[in-house]
Amino acid sequence: MAAPDRSNAELRAALRDFYEDYAASLDDLRLEDWAEFFTDDALYRVMGRETYDQDLTHSTIYCDGGAMIRDRAAALRRTAVYEPRLMRRFVSGVRVLEDSDDEIQAEANFMISEAMYDRPARLFLAGQYKDCIVRTEAGFRFKARTAVYDNYSIPITLILPV
Amino acid sequence: MNDMTTPAIERVWPELGGGRVPAWIYSDETLFERELERFHHGRCWSYVGLECEVPTPGSYRRSFVGVKPVLITRDEAGEIHVLENRCSHRGAPVCWRQRGKGKKDLVCPYHEWTFSLSGELQGVPFLRGTRPHPGMPRDFNKAEHGLRRLKSTVRGGVIWASYALDAPDFETYAGPGVLRALDRTFPGRPLRLLGYSRQTIPANWKLYFENSRDPYHATLLHSFFSTFGLYRADAEFDIQPLDNGHETIRSFFASTAADNRSEVTDELKSIKEGFALEDMGVVTPFDEFGDGVISSLQLFPSVMVQQHANTLAIRNILPKSVRETELSWTYYGYADDDEEMHRRRMKQGNLVGPSGYVSLEDSEVLAQLQPVADNYPDSVQVIEMGGREIGPTTTAITETLLRAFYAFYRREMGL
Repeated sequence: MAAPDRSNAELRAALRDFYEDYAASLDDLRLEDWAEFFTDDALYRVMGRETYDQDLTHSTIYCDGGAMIRDRAAALRRTAVYEPRLMRRFVSGVRVLEDSDDEIQAEANFMISEAMYDRPARLFLAGQYKDCIVRTEAGFRFKARTAVYDNYSIPITLILPV
Repeated sequence: MNDMTTPAIERVWPELGGGRVPAWIYSDETLFERELERFHHGRCWSYVGLECEVPTPGSYRRSFVGVKPVLITRDEAGEIHVLENRCSHRGAPVCWRQRGKGKKDLVCPYHEWTFSLSGELQGVPFLRGTRPHPGMPRDFNKAEHGLRRLKSTVRGGVIWASYALDAPDFETYAGPGVLRALDRTFPGRPLRLLGYSRQTIPANWKLYFENSRDPYHATLLHSFFSTFGLYRADAEFDIQPLDNGHETIRSFFASTAADNRSEVTDELKSIKEGFALEDMGVVTPFDEFGDGVISSLQLFPSVMVQQHANTLAIRNILPKSVRETELSWTYYGYADDDEEMHRRRMKQGNLVGPSGYVSLEDSEVLAQLQPVADNYPDSVQVIEMGGREIGPTTTAITETLLRAFYAFYRREMGL
């Protein structure tokens, strides 16, 4: 058996913390905090696998820039009507594809469970993050995050960001 | 022989006909089977895809007509075909990939029966057996064992199909009102496929079909709509119930509507005062068709075609079971869109879909409605907003399209 890959071990551990903090902000519905994980020129997209694999551009959620990311958070708070639910995000398999002084290209798997208040939790969404991360004075920030979901179809509604 | 399965609820449509809908129509399995047989797998035309999804000879993709999986292919001559994805031998799906190109023929993985892209059976392994053992009987005629072919047509880059080979032609089925609305966004200008979003809603397909022809709810439930003046009760509407279960809705947007208060808007609790977006691009339409219109149409039974601001999308309404519907969204633009228009379509794509600012409430409310319909099959819903009549109107505060739909539905279903 091959020896475990220890290259980037420190960076991967730091990214894992960053990803878990991101997931916690959404699990806890701290949407304003979630918006802070991005740079102000960030591109945030949630896309189906079929669309992504064909190099098409439509995104189920599409935010081009910090303003649209904050708008998504605000619109969910102010206008969206939906059944209350509990969601948990599980992130694993963090990989660093490229690490230059400016940017880190990384990938990770995600799984999201969803539970309505009167029904058991179920697997809601599974897929892969494709990220471009920059180091800022305040720590890591996403310059681009594309969450590609493997689901052919989303169960009912995708309310919260991925 | 007597029918042993007596329905628990006597199927009698309540008094006041089109102004009342009994809840059992959303949960009755037998009725669901009859609907599919009569409509989706019967003489209706269904949406199956866009021509730009099968761009070159040898391109194919999978789709559905009703609950039945079909294949769209483009043959060597460039002709489009819609075939059942079901081998004529033992019924295995012939094509297991969602889409692809460069195919010369279709080979069923199970026993490698081979079909042309237009569905003719071309080859059967061991057709003549392995000497001295016989193969297929001498009178086996390959011409009789092609893939089942649907009647299909392409109009303005959209592919439609019908199970009835003797169905009226598509134009007759759609009618002039629908064609006018359809040709507005599909004038034959080459399309650019933008991508897909799909959602599975645990609700009967008719609940979604009704929802997307109910402008009354749109001004109330979707407060994002009203707040930004995109679709508001005080706007001018042109609502047309049409033959064969179709309809069109047009509304005329005013870019300043978000600032206007009126007697009508004061009635709307859904307008969130003081809520502004940092990036107004999402709610700032560019009048690309030069008519200041937001339009949608329903072509019964499979599709709603919409233009909200600069978001162009097809909502394919696919029944999966009596209690489950898949809503498959295909987003498109035009091949000659410039970069600015493409970005605008991307941004405004946030308005609709499984996460849409003005659509996410629909799947939420329908998921809540189905269990109620299941648990109260003999309850009766009231659809009398705007009166009991059926006809065109200029206000969104109406249920005339629901009454029109159920008048049509009852006639077709003999209920």
